[in-house]
Amino acid sequence: MAMSQIKEDSNQTEVVKSESAVSVKNITKNYGDIEALRDMSLEFPRGQLTSLLGPSGCGKTTLLKIIAGLLEPSSGYVEVNGKSVTGPGPDRAFVFQDFALLPWATVLNNVAFGLEMRGVAKSERESIAEKYIGDVGLAGFENSYPHELSGGMRQRVGLARALSVDSDVLLMDEPFSAVDEQTRRKFQEDLLSLVQNENKTFLFVTHSIEEAVYVSDQIAILLPRPSRVSEIIRPSSFRGKGVDNIRRDPEYLDIVDDIWSSLRTYVE
Amino acid sequence: MISRANLLKVLSAFLLCGAWEIAGRIPVSYAFPTFLDSMRAFFEMIGNGVMLAAYKETLRPLVIGIVISAVLGIGLGLWVGLNNFFDWLFSPIFIVMQAAPLAALIPLLVLAYGIGLTSKVLVVCIMAMPVIVLNTSGAVRNTPESFKEMGKSFLASRTSVLLRIVIPAASPVIFAGLRLGVSAGFIGAILAELKITPTGVGDIITYSRSIADYPSMYAAIFSIILLAVLFLNLLEKIETILFKGNQRGYVSD
Repeated sequence: MAMSQIKEDSNQTEVVKSESAVSVKNITKNYGDIEALRDMSLEFPRGQLTSLLGPSGCGKTTLLKIIAGLLEPSSGYVEVNGKSVTGPGPDRAFVFQDFALLPWATVLNNVAFGLEMRGVAKSERESIAEKYIGDVGLAGFENSYPHELSGGMRQRVGLARALSVDSDVLLMDEPFSAVDEQTRRKFQEDLLSLVQNENKTFLFVTHSIEEAVYVSDQIAILLPRPSRVSEIIRPSSFRGKGVDNIRRDPEYLDIVDDIWSSLRTYVE
Repeated sequence: MISRANLLKVLSAFLLCGAWEIAGRIPVSYAFPTFLDSMRAFFEMIGNGVMLAAYKETLRPLVIGIVISAVLGIGLGLWVGLNNFFDWLFSPIFIVMQAAPLAALIPLLVLAYGIGLTSKVLVVCIMAMPVIVLNTSGAVRNTPESFKEMGKSFLASRTSVLLRIVIPAASPVIFAGLRLGVSAGFIGAILAELKITPTGVGDIITYSRSIADYPSMYAAIFSIILLAVLFLNLLEKIETILFKGNQRGYVSD
């Protein structure tokens, strides 16, 4: 088989650990009687993109919000760069599924929001924000309001806001699920070059198998009831072949098929 | 160049005044004067200073009452909206206040606070405050969760989340409450002058009616409506200046 699968192997976890930007250790999360996550452990290698993939209700967004410090785990802990997470921190930035842009603020002020909360002076944060607005391809829209932008452009604003605070880890909660298919493909290509050029660790939640295989260095398959990591897949051969060739690469197609066959029983 | 929106406003006012004039000429009642007669009385009262003297009296409880209601109402509303305990403590009071038949309760207020300014300010507040408090608390409680999560994940302090996210997000509904509250306050001010002691504009209304000078009576009523409309427009302008992007819906539309 062309793909390599990391199963529970104590030697290998040791090696991965030192290179992990984010480590999730034995996380359990209960909502009242409902067990959303049970004893989940997962490593996120530094500088790579890891997808959390699974059917709806498998707790992938819950896990991402625990890593972000927005939710408290019932037990277990999360380490980012070796430090235990107690709440949101400057080492992590979040990209929201529904963009979460402030409708009363301009694009510039939305992008500069994170910097403003960190106490960066006005002129400095505006020049940083302008740079990232340009980077995501929205130059000229600095003074527009969110309602004047298309869905894809709004998520670019959300991305610029997350990039502008320059944190090590980027947490993306189904960032492309609310944009149209063509924009989505463009976003996926842009994301690949972002992973390559920025020295950041990406955590990417998605429910699209194709998307996960296309963009990920590592895919964690989550299964529901109770939520657990069923397997970790690391595509190996097609990453270097260029964005145009990935979708017709045999390994890409094999992985997509394999994932579907293991997930299909969990989808009604 | 006059804009389409303003043109429509003028047209609507013109239609209303025309209907008034026609109704006055039929006449629908001998106690209902024509628009032109009322306007004549209106400008006469402005000319001889009666109107100015009346508004000096009326505006005092009105302005004091509205300022108290706005500041205290928004403050309390934020508090009630952010804290379940204060919601439990205060919400019923304002719901009762809003539903209470105020005119029937005015004698109680007079017994307790006399016939002076205090009672009149209280009437304005009781009319204006509940809707401001209830709107503010409701709006604050319904702040989209993702906005708050966004604030937290980008390291906003509790104060920043309140000032930069919760209040701006709630502002359209808060301003809607202010508009309703201010209109109710105007009604309260006149009600107080009719029911407690006839002073100011209330005095013009009561006195003109008693001597069957209906044009003056309707001129006084017209003046208070005009003032309320002007004030509500001012409020709308303030809202537009403060929260520009809010004018057109939410991002998630």
